[in-house]
Amino acid sequence: MLQSFLQNILNALQWGSFYSLIALGYCLVYGVLLLINFAHGDIFMVGAYIAFFVSMVLLGKYGAMAGLPGWLVLTLAVPLTMILTAVVGVTLERIAYRPLRRKGVNRLYVVITALMCGLILENGNLALLGASRKSFPTLIPVQVYTFFGITVTNIKLMVIGVAFLSFLLLHFIVTRTKIGMAMRAISYDRFAVPLMGIPADTIIVFTFVLGSGFAGLAGLFFAMTYPVIDPYMGALIGWKAFIAAVVGGIGSIPGAFAGGFLLGFVEIMVVAFFPSTFRDLIAFSILLLILSIRPTGLFGVARRTKI
Amino acid sequence: MKRLTVPALLAAIFAVLLWATMTGVLNAYWQSVIMFMGVNVILATSLNIINGNMGEFSCGHAGFMAVGAYVSSLLSVALFAKSAVFGDPLLSPDLAVWLFPLVLLAGSLAASVVGLLVAIPSFKTRGDYLAIITIAASYIVKSTIENIGVIGGARGFMGMTGVMNAMNDTAKLPWILIWVFLGTVFSVCVIRRFIYSTFGKGVDAICQDEIAAEIMSVNTDRVKLVAFMVSCGLAGLAGGLFAHILGYVNPGTFTILKSTEIMVMVYLGGMGSLSGSVLAAILMTLLIEYLRDAFGFINTFLHYISVIPDSYEVTQVWKWVLIPLLLVLLMQFRPEGIMGRRELADVFPGLRKFYKFKG
Amino acid sequence: MALLDVKEMTQYFGGLCAVSEFSVSLEPGQMVALIGPNGAGKTTVFNLISGFYKPTRGDILFKGESIKGLKPHQVTGRGIARTFQNIRLWFEMTVLDNIRIAQHHALGYGLWDCFLRTPRYMQSERAIEDHAMDVLTRLGLREVAHEYPKNLPYGVQRMVEIARALSIRPALLMLDEPAAGLNSSDVEGLIKLIGDIHKDFGLTVWMIEHQMDVVMTLCSWIKVIDFGATIAEGGPAAIQNSPEVIKAYLGDDTI
Repeated sequence: MLQSFLQNILNALQWGSFYSLIALGYCLVYGVLLLINFAHGDIFMVGAYIAFFVSMVLLGKYGAMAGLPGWLVLTLAVPLTMILTAVVGVTLERIAYRPLRRKGVNRLYVVITALMCGLILENGNLALLGASRKSFPTLIPVQVYTFFGITVTNIKLMVIGVAFLSFLLLHFIVTRTKIGMAMRAISYDRFAVPLMGIPADTIIVFTFVLGSGFAGLAGLFFAMTYPVIDPYMGALIGWKAFIAAVVGGIGSIPGAFAGGFLLGFVEIMVVAFFPSTFRDLIAFSILLLILSIRPTGLFGVARRTKI
Repeated sequence: MKRLTVPALLAAIFAVLLWATMTGVLNAYWQSVIMFMGVNVILATSLNIINGNMGEFSCGHAGFMAVGAYVSSLLSVALFAKSAVFGDPLLSPDLAVWLFPLVLLAGSLAASVVGLLVAIPSFKTRGDYLAIITIAASYIVKSTIENIGVIGGARGFMGMTGVMNAMNDTAKLPWILIWVFLGTVFSVCVIRRFIYSTFGKGVDAICQDEIAAEIMSVNTDRVKLVAFMVSCGLAGLAGGLFAHILGYVNPGTFTILKSTEIMVMVYLGGMGSLSGSVLAAILMTLLIEYLRDAFGFINTFLHYISVIPDSYEVTQVWKWVLIPLLLVLLMQFRPEGIMGRRELADVFPGLRKFYKFKG
Repeated sequence: MALLDVKEMTQYFGGLCAVSEFSVSLEPGQMVALIGPNGAGKTTVFNLISGFYKPTRGDILFKGESIKGLKPHQVTGRGIARTFQNIRLWFEMTVLDNIRIAQHHALGYGLWDCFLRTPRYMQSERAIEDHAMDVLTRLGLREVAHEYPKNLPYGVQRMVEIARALSIRPALLMLDEPAAGLNSSDVEGLIKLIGDIHKDFGLTVWMIEHQMDVVMTLCSWIKVIDFGATIAEGGPAAIQNSPEVIKAYLGDDTI
């Protein structure tokens, strides 16, 4: 009993890590621009595909170069995937969001654009690469360790470790560095920041680099853990990571991180006791409940309207 | 004369449609296009109350459509047709013609009750958060349907053709076309009356300044509740009609893509413009039908001029790239849509001669 | 009996005491002012009374009944109307519609009447429209009834906002800085307008105002607050000479 409980906790930690990593991206962009980047889940999907192609090329599967050993491929794939995914995110910012921001249109239009960009990425990918699922190559052999009847794989440990490290890094950037301070300043007053001599657009691009980069990282590790990728993988997990961010109180980095793990735990526990088809139903119901009771999430702070 | 122009015009269109269908001038394909046009008009105009007039961002309209579709389909099949799920009909199939509107009404009532899932959180929550709630609500609906095995779960539910046949046995008329037509006219009329009343204008007031509305005696909670319930209820009506046109329903139809399709119509038409939504729904239906044919042609053409590799086929999937792209471009270059916040009578003041315009 | 009786109303925002033990008693037909330096908590007092916030402590009696904890639209329905410091009209609809919407408390019909266009609905809509036009006519705004407020000059927007508040048929009209942003000739017009409204509509008027000519000409009683606490009250002459008030506005001259 205790064993299966601990095993579930471990699984939940891993599952929650993905949510956390994606939720951090939502949270960064929201924290700075007050924009829900609805395309973020699909950027995660694109990240997984980028990781797939990067690994395949590096492994020499396409014949472009001699194959490298798996561990080296992984080491190279991490930065490459992050950079390439960041490029995708920034491109989106440049061609879709920034012109709208410049025009100073209703915030709603930016949100709609974000949602539509997500659909374009999703379906564009489907149209270009086809609906067939791709199986991700094995980069490092899976090793199973058993402690007191609990099984852990090296990938699982790696995922959890990466999630924690990413959180610490992002938290450090946002709270302790000058650029982080500028990010927070933009979220308070986007119009005053350029007047103080801070290049707002640069900061916003940096935010998208960070958010998308970590989505790419999540995509890579997700593909390593569940080695099948398809164009729709980002949609649902993206929505749920968003739930996690909202539950934690969107805009708060520790909130997003905690929310991700919370959702992971809830889902794993639901699956432990109910049929697995109930998972989404319960996850979304929890979101609805939390937002109805506490619209600002667990860690969020309401902004007072002035009249 | 002013009072009679619009009813007379509608009656004429109705008569022509009926005649064209009965004599076979209008083939089955165009009949279905016209019916989907009607359903889309209901969907777009009802979503326009929320996304246009109230200025909220509901992206779960398909969920409410699903509720209406399932409830009215289950009811109509249980009452009027023989099916594997419910066995023999509970009522005589002869009654189908007379009771069908009630079945549709039950579907829309159910949808508006489910609309409470969104309406109640909307008291406290606005904007992006409410958008999430609508998405969550539509996922909850879809996921619930998929988890109820009795009504087919993810495989869907069918048997509505039996109901249509029962109506045909009573009188040989294109019944579903008649219902879609009446449903569309009913919806547009109801919405028009609602949003032009002082009560309904409260919705616009909430959009423009919610605090001022609340302090200037508008019971914002009640107005929001009513607006959401009317909007969701009509989506349910559209769902009921949709299910009976197809003869089957499948939860996979009511995804975020379906909601997106409806949103495109609303924003294309212009937020808060009723006539804009009607126009955009008609245009979008034609566009989507056109794309269906066009992709085959584009595919052949692109292969002919050897732009794309032989192994690659341009297919329907591109539709879902083009439609969101259309909306993105719309947001960039003409975010107010075709009509903006105006109505047909504002654009063509000459029309005021023909119908009473109050607003 | 006093029309409005505020008893030791106190409001905290987190740890900050925005309004402290605020008491006031308004007799029907009075015209009074609430003044104080910026950030003194004047608008918060109005927000508390109109139901936008619920006071932490204290009670608000209107016509002898407690209105504490009522929603803003309920408070307005009881007969307290107000304007805003920054104009809050619905700019994207006509002036007439702006007034019509402010009649929600007097709506004599429900949703079904509206769908079916019942006699009740038609009658109520006609009454609302007649009343709206009547108010606009009395304030000399009839010509702009079909204009959009966004296209009107600032001074007219202020007038429309006052018209909207008046159309509620309030017993108490609260004006939050009615003269803010107006030039001197507009201010003269405003003083006359408020005086006329006060007489014609038989209202109690309570205003927050920084322009002393408005306050001193119109108001018979003035209450001064600073940092949420009342520092002086009395007639115009008394306030002008009160050392407390001078200190609050100009600072302590002992420095």
